[in-house]
Amino acid sequence: MERKIIYELKSLYRDSFRVTGFEFGQGEKSACIVGALRGNEVQQLYTCSQLVRALKRLEAEGHVREGKSILVIPSVNTHSMNIKKRFWPTDNTDINRMFPGYDLGETTQRIAAGLFETIKDYKNGIQFASFYIPGVFVPHVRMMKTGYENVDMAREFGLPYIVLREPRPYDTTTLNYNWQVWESNAFSLYAGTTDRIDYGDVTLSVNAVLNFLRKEDIIEHSAFVHEGYIASVVEESALVHVQTAAAGIIDRFVAPGTNVTRGDVLSCVLDPYDGSVRSEIVAPADGVVFFAQEEPLVYANAAVYRLIRG
Amino acid sequence: MIQTVTKIAMPVDETLRIVKNRIGSGQGKRISIVTGTHGDELEGQAVCFEVARRLQECPELLSGTVDIYPALNPLGIDSITRGIPGFDLDMNRIFPGTEDGAMTEYIASKIVGDIAGSDVCIDIHASNIFLREIPQVRINTQTSKELVPLAKYLNVDFVWVHAAATVLESTLAYSLNSIGTPTLVVEMGVGMRITREYCMQLTEGIFSLMKHMGIWSGEAGEPRKPIISTDGQVQFINAAASGIFIPQVEHTKQVRKDDYIGDIVSPHEGRVVERILSPCDGMVFTLREYPVVDEGSLIARILEV
Repeated sequence: MERKIIYELKSLYRDSFRVTGFEFGQGEKSACIVGALRGNEVQQLYTCSQLVRALKRLEAEGHVREGKSILVIPSVNTHSMNIKKRFWPTDNTDINRMFPGYDLGETTQRIAAGLFETIKDYKNGIQFASFYIPGVFVPHVRMMKTGYENVDMAREFGLPYIVLREPRPYDTTTLNYNWQVWESNAFSLYAGTTDRIDYGDVTLSVNAVLNFLRKEDIIEHSAFVHEGYIASVVEESALVHVQTAAAGIIDRFVAPGTNVTRGDVLSCVLDPYDGSVRSEIVAPADGVVFFAQEEPLVYANAAVYRLIRG
Repeated sequence: MIQTVTKIAMPVDETLRIVKNRIGSGQGKRISIVTGTHGDELEGQAVCFEVARRLQECPELLSGTVDIYPALNPLGIDSITRGIPGFDLDMNRIFPGTEDGAMTEYIASKIVGDIAGSDVCIDIHASNIFLREIPQVRINTQTSKELVPLAKYLNVDFVWVHAAATVLESTLAYSLNSIGTPTLVVEMGVGMRITREYCMQLTEGIFSLMKHMGIWSGEAGEPRKPIISTDGQVQFINAAASGIFIPQVEHTKQVRKDDYIGDIVSPHEGRVVERILSPCDGMVFTLREYPVVDEGSLIARILEV
């Protein structure tokens, strides 16, 4: 394993900002795994740390294939992480809206450019991503329908679901999109939570990446790793959005992964002063809870669940 | 008359309302004046006040309708937050929204629905807390043919016709222009401040535009002739090092190539880390206001003429 600084930016009063990578094996740029792009993506950071740990052992035991190299970058936004901020400390810009970057542009454009210059030539690009609404997903692989997406390869992770979605205007500036444009096989892995650690989902995500690397013949396993699931492919547009009818405090009865039947009460929105029920949130269809929002206070019309129709 | 564009219940004993002031009969041509999408941009507040004040002083001179939307993001304005508080979300990246979407998307769709059909919409922004801008209209190349002639009435100094970027397709202006409501984006001044001179300048321009539309029969000055960006090229100056920026040039001034723009200094070392010179002859239309800079921070934009 070689630890190396991929990008560095000097700061006036803080320590230099550094993007640090961990390289395993030598030769063809086979796979790059990127963790936290935002300062609150602690689950993504921790997942990468466990992946680095696993790969270190596999490399020491000679299980990284000859002529293949893997790069893991646990965090691209340490300066925000250390002050518990999601976006860039000074101007609040999002590094994941700056790709492919511009080396003469603004600060986060330069960071994106510095990172992308190093990682754009990898054959496979995997990003541990997060959602802008605080909540928990069933772990899955998410792919944009750019024409470059490869669903069969996504199955190699062995995660329960593969979600396909149409690109939106802002997607053209994300890491995943630009990896695809540069002809990498790009995958976004949603590892459950964001700003808190779910250890079970971390294990699932690490195993998913190891499964993928093994099936792509980049590593061989020295120990038993569960093969995972036969993934169901879901179109994001087919997910059922379940919204609140009223604002208040939410009392949730079901967690992500739960099978629900049409008419089941998923949660209640309560009056925050007297605890009376303002509205019941009822499953509009049979299905599986795919996403659950986590905040205790909810607005009206808030999408608190997303279901995969059964 | 103050009208509610949309309202939504907040979790604890509060209703969020987006309001507008409808001045005029509701008949005839309609101009919408919109601001407060970013909670830290306040220049538009003074423009809304001044337009409403003048119209209410002489209502008989107005033959159409003026809708003033002073605060598209009232929670942001109230809490000194650029985006939508609680979501860490830039409101100008969620348009046109959806009626069955999350609260933010729902509000965005109601706003677009309410403004849609205006004969002209003016979307007033105030840069951000980092940069000071001269009064300017920014227009996407795709809509320049229709909008540049209207922009010339707004009494601004500069019209910047810029290349289309897909990310801008989520803005209010793009959404409105794409459904046939001509929308001009004004940028002027600096975040968290009111620059009275600029606000009065734009107010004059809005009355000139209303006169051109035939809905204002009162006085309106001859609008100044703006520089159009296609007349020259915009040069960007970005910081080569982190530090504290101390300007040596005045905003809006003409500069010659190699003129002294300012220094980036290291206060604790007593050292100039970068001396910034102008890369060209031209006008400084953007100048750094916030002193702390990272490597890459924008220092100035110069229109090379």
